[in-house]
Amino acid sequence: MALKIVKGSIDRMFDKNLQDLVRGIRNHKEEEAKYISTCIDEIKQELKQDNIAVKANAVCKLTYLQMLGYDVSWAAFNIVEVMSSSKFTYKRIGYLAASQCFHESTDVIMLTTNQIRKDLSSPNQYDTGVALTGLSCFVTPDLARDLANDIMTLMSHTKPYIRKKAVLIMYKVFLKYPESLRPAFPRLKEKLEDPDPGVQSAAVNVICELARRNPKNYLSLAPLFFKLMTSSTNNWVLIKIIKLFGALTPLEPRLGKKLIEPLTNLIHSTSAMSLLYECVNTVIAVLISLSSGMPNHSASIQLCVQKLRILIEDSDQNLKYLGLLAMSKILKTHPKSVQSHKDLILQCLDDKDESIRLRALDLLYGMVSKKNLMEIVKKLMLHVDKAEGTTYRDELLTKIIDICSQSNYQYITNFEWYISILVELTRLEGTRHGHLIASQMLDVAIRVKAIRGFAVAQMATLLDNAHLLTGNVQRKGICEVLYAAAWICGEFSEHLENPMQTLEAMLRPKVATLPGHIQAVYVQNAAKLFATVLKSGEGSADSTAAQEMMIERLPLFVQSANLEVQERASCILQLVKYIQKLQQKDVEIAEEVIALFAGELNPVAPKAQKKVPVPEGLDLDAWINEPPSESESEDEQPKAIFSKEEPKHSRPRHTEVDEKELAKRREARKQEQANNPFYIKASPSSQKVYQEAPGVEHIPVVQIDLTVPLKVPGLPMSDQYVKLEEERRQKDRADKKKKEKKKRKEKRSGRGKKHDSGPESEEDITPAHMVDIVTEEMPENALPSDDDDKDPNDPHKALDIDLDNLVQKAAIRPLADSEKLPVRSHRAAEVLKSPAEDGDAERSVSQEPKKKSSKEKKEKKKDKDRDRKKSKEEKKKKKHKHEDKGEDLLGGQEDEPVVQSEETSEVAAPPSSTTAEVSDLDFWLSNAPVPSNTQGAATVAAAAAADPVPEAASGAAPDSEPEEPKDTEAEETKSSKHKKKKQKKEKEEKEKKKKKKHHHHHRHSDAGGEESVQNGTVEEEEPLPPMSNYCLLAENSYIKMMLEDADQVNDIQGNLQDGSQVVVSVIFENKCESFLKSMEFNVLDSLNSKLQRPEGSGAHDGLTVPFQLPPGVSNEARFVFTMQSIVMPQKLKGTLTFIVKNEDSSTHEKLDFKLHFTCTSYLITTPCYSDAFAKLLESGDLKCSSVKLEGISMPFHHLLARICFHHHFSVVERIDSCASMYSRSIQGHHVCLLVKTSDQTVSIDAKCDEPTLLGNVLDEIKQTFSQC
Amino acid sequence: MIKAILIFNNHGKPRLSKFYEHYNEDIEQQIIRETFHLVSKRDENVCNFLEGGMLIGGSDYKLIYRHYATLYFVFCVDSSESELGILDLIQVFVETLDKCFENVCELDLIFHVDKVHNILAEMVMGGMVLETNMNEIIMQVDAQNKMEKSEAGIAGAPARAVSAVKNMNLPEMPRNINIGDISIKVPNLPSFK
Repeated sequence: MALKIVKGSIDRMFDKNLQDLVRGIRNHKEEEAKYISTCIDEIKQELKQDNIAVKANAVCKLTYLQMLGYDVSWAAFNIVEVMSSSKFTYKRIGYLAASQCFHESTDVIMLTTNQIRKDLSSPNQYDTGVALTGLSCFVTPDLARDLANDIMTLMSHTKPYIRKKAVLIMYKVFLKYPESLRPAFPRLKEKLEDPDPGVQSAAVNVICELARRNPKNYLSLAPLFFKLMTSSTNNWVLIKIIKLFGALTPLEPRLGKKLIEPLTNLIHSTSAMSLLYECVNTVIAVLISLSSGMPNHSASIQLCVQKLRILIEDSDQNLKYLGLLAMSKILKTHPKSVQSHKDLILQCLDDKDESIRLRALDLLYGMVSKKNLMEIVKKLMLHVDKAEGTTYRDELLTKIIDICSQSNYQYITNFEWYISILVELTRLEGTRHGHLIASQMLDVAIRVKAIRGFAVAQMATLLDNAHLLTGNVQRKGICEVLYAAAWICGEFSEHLENPMQTLEAMLRPKVATLPGHIQAVYVQNAAKLFATVLKSGEGSADSTAAQEMMIERLPLFVQSANLEVQERASCILQLVKYIQKLQQKDVEIAEEVIALFAGELNPVAPKAQKKVPVPEGLDLDAWINEPPSESESEDEQPKAIFSKEEPKHSRPRHTEVDEKELAKRREARKQEQANNPFYIKASPSSQKVYQEAPGVEHIPVVQIDLTVPLKVPGLPMSDQYVKLEEERRQKDRADKKKKEKKKRKEKRSGRGKKHDSGPESEEDITPAHMVDIVTEEMPENALPSDDDDKDPNDPHKALDIDLDNLVQKAAIRPLADSEKLPVRSHRAAEVLKSPAEDGDAERSVSQEPKKKSSKEKKEKKKDKDRDRKKSKEEKKKKKHKHEDKGEDLLGGQEDEPVVQSEETSEVAAPPSSTTAEVSDLDFWLSNAPVPSNTQGAATVAAAAAADPVPEAASGAAPDSEPEEPKDTEAEETKSSKHKKKKQKKEKEEKEKKKKKKHHHHHRHSDAGGEESVQNGTVEEEEPLPPMSNYCLLAENSYIKMMLEDADQVNDIQGNLQDGSQVVVSVIFENKCESFLKSMEFNVLDSLNSKLQRPEGSGAHDGLTVPFQLPPGVSNEARFVFTMQSIVMPQKLKGTLTFIVKNEDSSTHEKLDFKLHFTCTSYLITTPCYSDAFAKLLESGDLKCSSVKLEGISMPFHHLLARICFHHHFSVVERIDSCASMYSRSIQGHHVCLLVKTSDQTVSIDAKCDEPTLLGNVLDEIKQTFSQC
Repeated sequence: MIKAILIFNNHGKPRLSKFYEHYNEDIEQQIIRETFHLVSKRDENVCNFLEGGMLIGGSDYKLIYRHYATLYFVFCVDSSESELGILDLIQVFVETLDKCFENVCELDLIFHVDKVHNILAEMVMGGMVLETNMNEIIMQVDAQNKMEKSEAGIAGAPARAVSAVKNMNLPEMPRNINIGDISIKVPNLPSFK
C-alpha cells in the first residue's frame, strides 16, 4: 500500500505543478495562447486520472488559468471531486477553485450540498473554515436554504475562528434566502456581545450591512450599539457602528441628540483619522436629521467644519479628498459655515490631483451667492483656460453652467454678464457640451425678456463669426451653439440692429456644412428675419436686397440631403417668390408675412405634460377600435395611422398580442398628445440622413482650417461686465447710503440713531435691470409631483423584514411555520435548538387542528385580528411617541406585545429577554438615564392583589364578552397608549354585555405568576390550550380590577442591583352606570417589597391612577414594585379608593385587594444555548432539587409550553420525551430544569444557585399542574 | 462590502483577482484592464480613491488602491466601508504577505497565487472584512500550512525533492530585477489602531 502511494507520487513529480505552469508561460511569451492550450490538454489528461493528488494539482493550475481569463467551467465536476477529498490540502485547493469560478448557474453546485454540510460539521476547524470561506463566494438560494441551519449552529461553535466565519456568512445566506433572517436574528444579535472581539466585529459587520439597506428595522438595536460604541476600543467595530448610526439617525431624531455628545468626545479624543472622519460624518448626518430643532448645535457644526479644515489642509491627499467630501455634506444644510472656508476650497481647485479638484468643484456649486457668483465663475473661467485634458475642462464647463443656472438663476444679478460668459464658453476647444450652452442661451433669452436685445446682438455677432466655431473639425460639438444663435436672432429679430447682415450670415454657403438640424433652424429663421426686414420698410432697398438674397441662396438648401432642410427651404423659397410676385403688383403684404411668425413662445415646464390630469371619463387604456380577435392574423390588421413609426414586422412574433395592445395604447396616447396644446413635440434635432437622396451628397465642401484666431471679434468680455457690475453695485450702495443719510437727517430729531449699514448683505444687491424670469407654464390642474420608484430588482428588498418584534420582548408576529429553518429530519433530535425547536413544536400544533373546538377557532380568529390590529397600532404609536415623551415608560412597556396563545410554545426560546436589558428603544431614548427616575416621573399608582379568584376560563365564555361604549373615547384617550388599548378592546369585544368581561391577553414569556390559579380553569384539550395572564384581582359593584400580569424591567445598564423590579399591570373596569374618578391605588409596603412612588411622597401615600373611567369603560395602569429578596413569594395588601360620581351626587368608595407575587414572577425568560447550558451545569455552583408530577396526561410539548408560559422558562434542547429548560431571575440566579416524562409521570430535576428560590419555583410548577 | 480585490503589476498583468460577485471571465478581464487604466495613469502623490469604473460598481462604489513597488493593490468597495479603513486593510494585507513570504516580491505572488489567496481568505470573506489583526491572520495561515505539511508526510517527500530541483534555477530568474521587495514603508498612514 505504502509502495503504491510512493509510486503514485513519483509519477506525479513529473507532472507540471503550478510553478512549472507559471514558469512555462513566462518562457513562452510569444506564443502564450498556444502554450496554454497545450497545458489545458495536459490538465484534461490529468483530471482523467484516479489519483486525487494529480487532480488537485490540475485544479490548482486551472485556478491560475482562470485568473488569466480562461473559462474553466468545464472542470466544475472535477473541482467538486477535489473539494470532497478528505485531505485538507486538496480540499482547500478545491474550495478555492470553486470560489473563483462557481456561480448560481453552475449546475454541479447542487452536488456539493452534502459535502459542504459534512465539512461544516468536521471536527477539524480548518475544514469547516475552508468550507465557509468557499461557500461565502458561491452560495446559491438552494444552498442557503439547505445549509442555513447548519451555519446557525456554527454561530455558537466553541471556536471563535469558526464563530466569526459563520456569523459573517450569514449575511450571504440572508441575501440568498431571506426567510432565514427572522429565525437567525436573535442569535446574531447575541453575537454582538460575544467575548471574542473578532466574532463581535463580524456580527457588527453583518448587522450594519443589513441595517444599511433597511435601517428602520434595526432602530431598536440602537441602545445595544450605543453601549458597544461607548465600550468598544476596536476601531473597525467603532467605525462600522458609527456608520450605522449615520444611517439610523434620519429615522429617529432623538437618537441623534443622544449621539452628539459621545461622538464629539470621540472626535476630540481619537488619534485615528479614519475614526475621526467617520465621527464627523455621522455628526453631520445627525445635524441634518435634527435640522434646526436644536439650539446649540452650531457648536457641533463649528467643530466639524474645523476638523474638516484640518483634514483638507493636511498634506495627505487622501485626507484632503475625504475632507472635501464630508464638507459637501455639511454644505447642503449649513452653507453658511462652509462658505467661510471659500479660500481653502478655491485653493483646492489648483490642486494637481484631479479627484480633489472635482470635489472642490462640487463644493463650489453650493457656495455661491449673489455676491460671490461673478468672482467664483471668473476663477473657474481661468481654470477653464488652464485646464489640460478635455474631461476636466468639460466638467468645469458643466459646473459653471450648473452653478449659474441653479435654482432658476437665483444668483445671477446681471444677465448680460451671463450671456457673455456663455459666449466665452463657446470658444472652448473640443467640448462635448455645445448643446448645453445652446440650451442655456435659449432658456435665458426666452425667459428673461429684458435681456433679449442684448442676447440678440451677441448672437448676431456669433452668427457672423460662425466660421470660427465650425472651422475646426475638432470643434464639431460646439456648433450646436449656432442652433441657439440662429433661433434667437430669428425669433426676436425685432431687436436686431442690422437684420440684413445677420440674414446674410445665415445664408452663407458654408452653412451647408453644418449638421442638418442646425441648417433647418437657419432656413426657418432666415424666413423670420426676412419678414422683419420686409416689415421695416416694404419696397426699400433693404427688402429688395433681402428678397434677392433669399431667392439666390435658398436653392442651395433645397438641394440638401436632409429632408427637413429640404422641405423648409423649398417651402420658403416658394413663399418668397410668391411675395415677390405680389410686390410686383404693388400689394402690401408685410403684415401678412409677419403674421406667419406671430405669437409669443413661452417655456413649458419639463413635467407639464406628465402632470396633465386625465379628464374624467377618459380611459386611456380602453380600446379605441374594437380589439382584434385572437384568431385574426397579423397581416389582416388594419394599418394604423402611425404604422410608419412602428413597423409591424419588427415586432417579435411570440409576444404579438401584448405588443399589439401596447401599440394600440401608444397610438391612443399619440392622438391624445396631438390634440394637446401643452404637448411639445420632440426637438427637431432628430435628424436622419438619407443616403439614397439622389445627387446631393457630394456638395463640395471647402474646409478652411482656422485654428489660430480664437477670439471672436467684437464679442464682449465677461470681465468687463464684472467691472461694470462692481461699479454699479458701488453706486447702488452709495445711493443707498445717501438716502439713508438723508433719512437720518430727517429723522434725527425723531428717533434714536440707526445702526450703520454694515457690509453688503445678500439682499442689498439688486439685479442690474428688471429681470422678469418667465416661469415655466404648467397645466392648470397639474397633479403633484411623481415619485421615483425604487429599483424592484434590489436583492436587499427581500431583507426588509420587521425584526422589531423579535428584538423587543416578545413576538407580535412570532416565527410562523413557514419561517422555520429547514432541518433534516433524521437530525432533528440532535440539532433541536431554539428556532428549530420552535418549528418543531409548531408543526405538531398544526397537525392537530381538527381537534380544535369551534369555539376555540373563533377565539383564535379573534386573537389574530387583535394581533394584526395591534401591530398596526404599534406603528401608529411610534409616531405618537415623538409627541409625548412623558409617556415613555408606559409606552415602552406597552410595546411588549401580546402573543397568541397557540404560539406560545413556538416563541418560548428565541426571543430575547436579553433585550429586556436593552429595554424598549423609546424608553432608552427618553431623557431619563436611570429607570427609577422615569418611573417616578410616570404616573405610577399602587396595586395590590386579592387572592385571585378564578375567572371563567378564557375558552369558556368568549361569547359573553361585553362590548364597550364607544362614545367616551375622546375623554379617555389622553395618551396614545390608552387609545391603543381601547381600540384593541373595542375590536375584541363584540357583544354588549356588562358584567362578565375578561381579557385573554396571552403573554408568552414574561407572564406574571398570578395566573397560576386561573390556569386551573383552562380546559384540557389536545391542541395547546389558550393560556391567559389575566385574573381577577378584586371586584365590587362599582369596579372590577383585573391583574394582567407582572413582568420585569431591568435596568438598561444591566445592573442587577437596580434590576429587582416587577411591573404590575392592572386593568380597571367600570361596572356601574356612574362616572369613576380620583382613583387612588395604595399598597401597604412590606420590608421586602415596596411600591415605587414619585419622589417626595410619603411611604404611605397612594398613587393616583392617571385616568378616569366613564361607565362601562376599562383601562390599564402599571405599577412598579421594588423587591429586596426574591427567593420567597410575597403577598401585599392594598386598597383602591375612588369617587363614584352620579348626575346628582358623588360618593367615596374603596376596594381592598391582595397582590400575590409568586417566585416565578421574578423569572425572566432568557434564551440559552446548549453549550452555555452545559457549561453552567458543569460549573458545580448549582444546588440540585427535584419533583415528580403524577397523572399528567397532556402531551409533552403542551407541558413544556405551559412551563415556558407560566413559569418563564425557555427550552434549551429537547430530545424525544426529555427536555432541558432554562430561566434566569431578575437578580441573576440561574434556574435549570431537566424535564422527563414517561407514562403520565413527569419528573423534573432542577438546579439553581439559590435553593430557596428553586424550592418555591418547583412548588409553583407543581401547583400549576395539580390544577390541570 | 468589498466587491473585488485585484492585484496587478505596473504593466497591468493580473497577479491576483478575487471577485465577490460573479462575472464571467471576459468581463473580469475587462474590469482588470479598465481598473489598470484608471489607476496607472494617476501620479504617485495623488489621493488613493477613485470614483468607480464603468464596468464594476457605479456611483456607490469606489476604487481604493495602493501602489507598492511593482504592484497595484486595488479594492473595489461600496459606501459602507470606511475609505481610510480599507487603505489600512491593504497595508495589513501587504505586511502579512511580507511576513508570510519573508520579504515579499512580485515573484512570490506570481508563483504562489494560491498561497496569496489563502492569506486573503483569512482577512476578507465573501466581501466582508473578517480579520484585521495581523498576528491572528498569520497564526491561522501558519496553522493551516502546518496541517498541509503533516498531510504531505512521507508521500510528499519525493515531490518536494523534485520541486527543489526544479527550483534550483530559480535564483537565476532575477529575483531582484523586479525592483526587489515590495518595500514596506508606512507612508504617513493615518494611525488606525
